[in-house]
Amino acid sequence: MSLLHTIETGLRSLLGHRLRSVLTTLGILFGVAAVISVVGIGQASSDSVTARISSLGTNLLTITPGSTVSGGVFGGGGTANTLTMSDVAGLIDHQNAPDVAAVAPVSQGRESLVSTSSNWSTTVSGSTADWLVANSRDIGTGSFITASDVSSQAHVIVLGATTASNLGASVGDLITVKQIPFQVIGILASAGSQGFGNQDDLAVVPITTAQGELVGGVGSVQRILLSSTSQATLGSAYIEANQVLLQTHHITNATQADYSITSSTQVLSTAQAVTQTLTILLASVAAISLLVGGIGVMNIMLVSVTERTGEIGLRKALGATPGDLFRQFVIEAGVLTAVGGLLGVGTGLAAGYIVPRTANIAVTITPLPVLIAVAVAVAVGLIFGVYPALRAARLAPIEALRAQ
Amino acid sequence: MIQQGGAPGSGSARPAAPRGDFPLQTGADHLIRLESITKIYGSGDAAVVALDDFSLDVEAGELLAVMGPSGSGKSTLMNILGCLDTPTSGRYWFGGEDVSRLNETQLAHVRNRRIGFVFQQFQLLPRLSAWRNVELPLLYRGEHDRRALALHALDQVGLSNRVDHRPTQLSGGQQQRVAIARALVTDPDLILADEPTGNLDSVASRDVLAILRDLNQQGRTIVIITHDPEVAPVAQRTVVMRDGRLVHGVAA
Repeated sequence: MSLLHTIETGLRSLLGHRLRSVLTTLGILFGVAAVISVVGIGQASSDSVTARISSLGTNLLTITPGSTVSGGVFGGGGTANTLTMSDVAGLIDHQNAPDVAAVAPVSQGRESLVSTSSNWSTTVSGSTADWLVANSRDIGTGSFITASDVSSQAHVIVLGATTASNLGASVGDLITVKQIPFQVIGILASAGSQGFGNQDDLAVVPITTAQGELVGGVGSVQRILLSSTSQATLGSAYIEANQVLLQTHHITNATQADYSITSSTQVLSTAQAVTQTLTILLASVAAISLLVGGIGVMNIMLVSVTERTGEIGLRKALGATPGDLFRQFVIEAGVLTAVGGLLGVGTGLAAGYIVPRTANIAVTITPLPVLIAVAVAVAVGLIFGVYPALRAARLAPIEALRAQ
Repeated sequence: MIQQGGAPGSGSARPAAPRGDFPLQTGADHLIRLESITKIYGSGDAAVVALDDFSLDVEAGELLAVMGPSGSGKSTLMNILGCLDTPTSGRYWFGGEDVSRLNETQLAHVRNRRIGFVFQQFQLLPRLSAWRNVELPLLYRGEHDRRALALHALDQVGLSNRVDHRPTQLSGGQQQRVAIARALVTDPDLILADEPTGNLDSVASRDVLAILRDLNQQGRTIVIITHDPEVAPVAQRTVVMRDGRLVHGVAA
């Protein structure tokens, strides 16, 4: 029998059992759709995490204080105030740390900003001129905080784009923070909304002003941002910063350091590993549903072979070879899974379109998972179709005829 | 040796061929020659001998009735003759070719090209129309002009006005005529009918037997396996089986 006739015969038989064919197809449909959408969601969250962390700069080191231990109670990372302005001074010194390009101490708090037209609550960071470099940011209009602003504890403030527009403030305006008037000297260029929170909703003041009048803690800083001269020197910048801090903190055993240094690439690879693991986990669950769909196909094909034993016997008597019947049943299974797979792709793509617009979950669909899902679905159908097809091919014609 | 297997049984239309001389060397002179066929089902204590050193010749153009009670080996003979099963021992010559040693695929080709089957239960596929049922064997030989051939075969059995009916829309006699059309459509050397009247009332039975007789008169070789005594008068020759052997063979 020619392949065309075999396909035609298979299709006719599938159409003859419409409800059963549709239900079998559903198993594959949902399996493929699940794989595509889950991998799409995983891809999107991985992309977003990568983008967020990359926006911090790939040559960034963050120094945070260690934990407090008072009376044997471990206070957790960042609870102590072990970082000081003298650490900052040590790190800035090019003799000690030649590979460190910028050092920006940060002391921040959440404050209410009041302009003539409105008020807005946001994170106000006290820092130095290096903040701009360390955070890979640019000034949009006006200027940034200068070293003399820091030393004079000036009442100047730089706003993020979102903060400025919410306050209706522009360069030169006066706004008040804790009833203290600050002059807006600059507005940052937009960094987009990809950050830990909105990177454009913030304000920066000289660190001395923040310590003295807003956040408190004169002389101590919450964390120190360092950027290396290039991505290549990140490692040596890390070592230099560590040596400086061990020295200024009078620590001889490095394992007892009262601070920790993390690099943005470390954070990036950790976060990527986490999202990748989650994606693989979810995709595995989806793949299992695809497998279950495949077993459903085998189940239905076995039922079909048993139910059509008489028909198989008749076809054999009329001259169908074992090969003819094997091909017919494999093709039936293949058609079921291929149709289910294609409808699954449609459903998956539809989910990729609808979910971001309704549930606010980003979905990034790339061609590879789609192709793999369809290929796996068809492979599953053919593999699980082989056993029932062999059963059909091996039926003895007289046994099969007698069954009817 | 079963002498009856080689008994002369010629119709008036054909010259009598010299037969009955044992041992047989070749089946070339006959359409069908069964030579000492034995078929044993099962093994050991459970072994059942369904055909016991069975020999039979069928001439081209003959209408042969094989009769016998249940369990006499009729069904086994039908399976062997129809190449649906292979003998345990012995030789089966079909048109001069030894088909007793063919593999399953080769047997399928013999069934498709040389044998047309008519079954007691009609064995029509219920979802297919009459002509689609008749077309079935042509699908397995890659025939192109299938619809025309199927319609012609249906015309031969007087069903040209029922080609698009499904089996459930036809009477038993009409269904069996569709089945005969399906057996005819490949222009086979042999039509093998297994209890063709077994599921029919007497009117439909006569109808079906008349068609088979007409086909035989047009030169078709037909073997009818039956226990219906109505069949015998139609046949040119009737053989009777018991316990896997021929007990009686007469010329009609």
